[in-house]
Amino acid sequence: MKNAIRLSSAGAMAVRILFAAVAAFPIVFMLVSSLKPDQQIFGDMSSVAAFLPIGNISLDNYTAVFDRVPAARFLINSVGVSAVTVVLGIFVNSLCAFALSRMQVRGKKVVFTAILATLIVPFQTLALPLVWWVNQLPYFELNGFSLEISKGWLDTYQVQIIPFIANAFSIYLYHQYFESIPKELDEAARIDGAGWFKIYRQVVMPLAGPATATVAILTFLPAWNSYLWPLMVVQSEELRPVMIGIQYFFQLNVSWGEVMAYASLITVPVVVLFIAFQRSFINSIASSGVKG
Amino acid sequence: MTTTQLPTPRHAAAPGPVAPVPSVTPRRRRAGYLREQVSGWGMIAPAAVLLLAFVFLPAILGFGLAFTNARLISPRPVEFVGTDNFARLFTDPTFWRALLNVSYFAVVVVPVQSCLALAMALLINKKFRGVNFFRTIYFLPVVTSMVVVSLLWLFMYRKDGLINEILSAVSFGLIPGADWLNDPATAMPAIIALSIWQAAGFHMIIWLAGLQSISGELYEAAQLDGASRWHQFRYVTWPGLKHTRSLVLVTITIQALGLFDQVSVMTQGGPLDSTTTIIYEAVRSGFKQQETSYASAISLVFFVLVLLISAVQRYLTREKD
Repeated sequence: MKNAIRLSSAGAMAVRILFAAVAAFPIVFMLVSSLKPDQQIFGDMSSVAAFLPIGNISLDNYTAVFDRVPAARFLINSVGVSAVTVVLGIFVNSLCAFALSRMQVRGKKVVFTAILATLIVPFQTLALPLVWWVNQLPYFELNGFSLEISKGWLDTYQVQIIPFIANAFSIYLYHQYFESIPKELDEAARIDGAGWFKIYRQVVMPLAGPATATVAILTFLPAWNSYLWPLMVVQSEELRPVMIGIQYFFQLNVSWGEVMAYASLITVPVVVLFIAFQRSFINSIASSGVKG
Repeated sequence: MTTTQLPTPRHAAAPGPVAPVPSVTPRRRRAGYLREQVSGWGMIAPAAVLLLAFVFLPAILGFGLAFTNARLISPRPVEFVGTDNFARLFTDPTFWRALLNVSYFAVVVVPVQSCLALAMALLINKKFRGVNFFRTIYFLPVVTSMVVVSLLWLFMYRKDGLINEILSAVSFGLIPGADWLNDPATAMPAIIALSIWQAAGFHMIIWLAGLQSISGELYEAAQLDGASRWHQFRYVTWPGLKHTRSLVLVTITIQALGLFDQVSVMTQGGPLDSTTTIIYEAVRSGFKQQETSYASAISLVFFVLVLLISAVQRYLTREKD
């Protein structure tokens, strides 16, 4: 009996390792290839050497990426757009959820139902009418002391940020979390003379760390990985995010080693973040499944 | 519930004659009530306005534009054309091909990916040394963006690429390699394989959340009754995952219908339309050919499909309750 159990757990471990190998091999291959010249990548392909950083190893592919395209600019664009979307998203959505869950606002039930209704519309359905629509919106620009108004948001930073700040799912997550915080805290603060905004900022938000982590991750990942939307609304090179940048880079017919270097460059930061915040990452994905 | 009452003003609690209080409190209360309404709506407004402008309005616009001749940039005013776009859409062989392709994709991806994801979840559900290591590795493809994954696999799928080398190594040269993405017969299976590889970890986590909600006592009771591993799975785990099951199935199906990034990066719908999809067609007509109205019509058809699937799921889960 005991032997049978040992055997089955050894079998389970073998299957685990097999799955892990399948999950990891393309990523290991990418990282390793990014360090090799093309000739060696193809030469190593038929052996285990394809997955080992051996032979003619250098960072040449990485320097080539920065020489050929403004990759640093693309990285800064993506970091900036994602960071602003995350910060504004946390603020706007938590504020809305605070009013909906902890205040006696007339008509809040209708508003909350309407917000939840937007969850059923997939972004792909909205994308094309949204392109047409943002192209009709006015654009204000302060030129010295005169305010200039032009039409159309295409090819700006704001078009990559503003439509993605408010998010029904983030509001829902915050709402659920706020419901679990005792309302007596608000009452105590009000007796001490605190206004609603002060209660939001100093009482409720400091207690909502896990919800904020979840919302931050679920806003950051799609912002960093976004491809369909910037493909349609961004033309200028200096406004491109990393995912559009890599596709453009690929079309320049550069060497595969350089493509792999660029791919590693935009993947490694997310992987490092993932390993550092593994628990929050996994919890946020688990809770994102609840929305279906 | 005490929360429906407004908090009593501080001075009201002070000892003394009660007589003057009623004349003060209603006014105070009204002021507090008004302030709560104003600040409440002020807090709701930013999110509500943004959702109105960037979700509700485009959704309604998309519905409306599908019945017009709107173009992204056009000097002509937008005109109502009735169901012309839909008539064109339903007689377009490329659209039917796209519908067939996403159905093929979904029919393979939904069962295979959900089974693999469940297997992965079961493998790491127990506590053992190194469980975090395996979780991290299984989850790694999920945090890698689909664009990067597509370029990476584009490289591996070459005729002289890694996939063919691995196939020939494990079969001792018996399996001849294919030119995966350039052959209409293998292009879609190739996209299916990488899609499953990338997203299985995501659904593994949802299964895992479901597994951990099943009470451990049920397993203890089953073990006392001498139930085998398979019986424990069949009579404890599987019924316990009822809600997770329908959730995973519906999210994978909707994601499968929305197939876009992989196709856009790897094949552009080719070869011979063998990998074109509904969303890819919508983007091609709406963005590359600037026909907003036709693209809106395609998007509307896609939305109806998504609604249908959600409705079917709702119906199936209600029946069992």
